[in-house]
Amino acid sequence: MRITFTCNGRLTEADGVWEGESLLYVLRERVGLPGSKNACEQGECGSCTVYLDGDPVCSCLVAAGQVQGREVRTVEGLADGDELDPVQQAFVEAGAVQCGFCTPGLLVQTHDLLERQAQPSDAEIREALSGNLCRCTGYEKIMDAVRLAAARRAESAERVN
Amino acid sequence: MEFLRPSTWDEALAAKAEYPSAVPIAGGTDVMVELNFDRHRPEALIDLNRVPELHTWEIDDDVVRLGASVPYTRIIDHLTDRLPGLSLAAHTVGSPQIRNRGSVGGNLGAASPAGDAHPALLASGGRVEVASVRGTRMIPIDDFYLGVKRNALEEDELILAVHIPSATAPQQFSKIGTRNAMVIAVCSFGIGLHPETGTVRTGIGSAAPTPRRATDAEEFIAAELADAGLWASRGELAASTAQRFGELVAQAASPIDDVRGSAAYRRHALSVMARRTLTWTWNEYRTAGRAAA
Ligand SMILES: Cc1cc2nc3c(=O)[nH]c(=O)nc-3n(C[C@H](O)[C@H](O)[C@H](O)COP(=O)(O)OP(=O)(O)OC[C@H]3O[C@@H](n4cnc5c(N)ncnc54)[C@H](O)[C@@H]3O)c2cc1C
Ligand code: FES
Ligand code: FES
Repeated sequence: MRITFTCNGRLTEADGVWEGESLLYVLRERVGLPGSKNACEQGECGSCTVYLDGDPVCSCLVAAGQVQGREVRTVEGLADGDELDPVQQAFVEAGAVQCGFCTPGLLVQTHDLLERQAQPSDAEIREALSGNLCRCTGYEKIMDAVRLAAARRAESAERVN
Repeated sequence: MEFLRPSTWDEALAAKAEYPSAVPIAGGTDVMVELNFDRHRPEALIDLNRVPELHTWEIDDDVVRLGASVPYTRIIDHLTDRLPGLSLAAHTVGSPQIRNRGSVGGNLGAASPAGDAHPALLASGGRVEVASVRGTRMIPIDDFYLGVKRNALEEDELILAVHIPSATAPQQFSKIGTRNAMVIAVCSFGIGLHPETGTVRTGIGSAAPTPRRATDAEEFIAAELADAGLWASRGELAASTAQRFGELVAQAASPIDDVRGSAAYRRHALSVMARRTLTWTWNEYRTAGRAAA
C-alpha cells in the first residue's frame, strides 16, 4: 500500500508498504531517515522514539498505515538547518553520547520533557527517560545533559523577555 | 494482509463483521510486538485510530464513560480525580512512550492476567460497552475475563467504552516488579472503598488465570466495618483486621511459578499489598472525614 504523511514538516510518501510494517521501518528503509534506531522492536528501549502528532511514541509499535495523513517529527527534524537544537548541543557538550545508539530516542524524549516541563527535577527527568535504555553511559552524563539543556533554555527565555 | 481504516464507528463494526478474524489495532503496543516478531500474521488489521468516539470520554452523573482507545497519559492528566485507582495503575504501565499510545481498550482486548488496568477496574466496578453490527451490550467487568488472554467478546464485537463509577472514596493500586518502570507485574492489587454501599472492592492481577476479585476478603472487611460502625465513625482499623484481610486476599489467588516469580512469593506479596493498601485507603478516608467535619 501507499502511505502519505507529514514528516519533519515535509509531505512524505512511501510506496510498496507492507500492511504489517512499522513506522520505524518506513522511516529507516523507505524514506531515508535512519536517525531513529531499531534496537528491540518491542517498545522496551526507546531508541526509535519519534513525535506522532506531538506525542513521543515508539515508532516500532506504530503500524505504518496508522500514520496516513498524520504528522511525524523525527530526530532529524530537531535541528534548525545546521544549528543543533539546544538539547542536541547539551548532549554533545555533556559527553552524554558514547556509541550513540540510544541518543536519537533520548533527544526526542528530552525535547518533549522540556517542552512540557521547563525546569524538571531529577526525579521527573528519570521518570521521563524511564523508557529509554542506554548500555554505555551509566546515565549520569545523560542526566547532566538534560539539566544543561534545561538551564540553557531558561537562560535564552530570560534573554528574550 | 489488508489494512482497513474505518473512519466511523459504524464502519469499524462493519469491517469487523466482514472480517471476523481481523485484528483491531489501537495503540498497537501489544499488536505490533506480535507482528514485529512474526508471532501472528492476521488476515487484516483494523485501525481504530480514526474513530473519534474511541478517543474521548464523557462524564455523566457519577459515571465516566471512557472511550476504549484513550491513552493512559490522558487518563493520568485528566481523570485522576474521578478514577484515582485506574490512574495509579495507568502510571505504572510501561514507559511514557507506551502510555502515550496504550489504552484500556487494548488492555481489555489483550486480557492478559498481568494487565494493569484490570485490578483497578475490578476494584472500582464498571461495565464494558461492546458492540457489533448486531447491536450493543454492556458486560459487567466481573464477567469480562474468561481465561488466560480470553475475554467475553464475540468475534464480531469491538469495545467502544468502559463505564466506570467516579470514586466516592479513596482507591489504591499496588504492583510488584523488578524495577519501577517497564515491568510486567509479578503480581498487583487494586482496592476501592465504597462507603455508599458499605463495601470494599478488590482486584488481583497476575496471580490467577484471569484478573479476579478476592470475594471472601471483601465480605470479611465489609462485615468488620459494619459491625464496628466504622464507616460512620471513621474510627481506626485494627492492625489484626488489616492482617486478616491480607491473608484472605492471598488465599483468593491461584498463582503459578514462572520466570517472574514463584507462587509462594506472589501469595506473600499479595497479602502485604492488600494489608498496606487497605490501611492507606482507610487512613485517607478517616483524614478526609476529619477535613470535611
Ligand atoms: C514495552 C512495553 C511495556 C508494557 N508495559 C505494560 C505494563 O506495565 N502494564 C500493562 O498492563 N501492559 C503493558 N504493556 C502492554 C500494553 O501496552 C497494554 O496492554 C496496553 O493497554 C495495550 O493497549 P493498546 O491500545 O496499545 O492495544 P493494541 O496493541 O492496539 O491492542 C491490544 C489487543 O486489544 C485488541 N483491541 C484493541 N482495542 C480494541 C477494541 N476497541 N475492541 C476490541 N479489541 C481491541 C487488539 O486487537 C489486541 O488484541 C506493555 C507493552 C510494551 C510494548
Ligand atoms: S526499537 Fe522501538 S523501543 Fe526499541
Ligand atoms: S551511548 Fe551507547 S547505548 Fe547509550
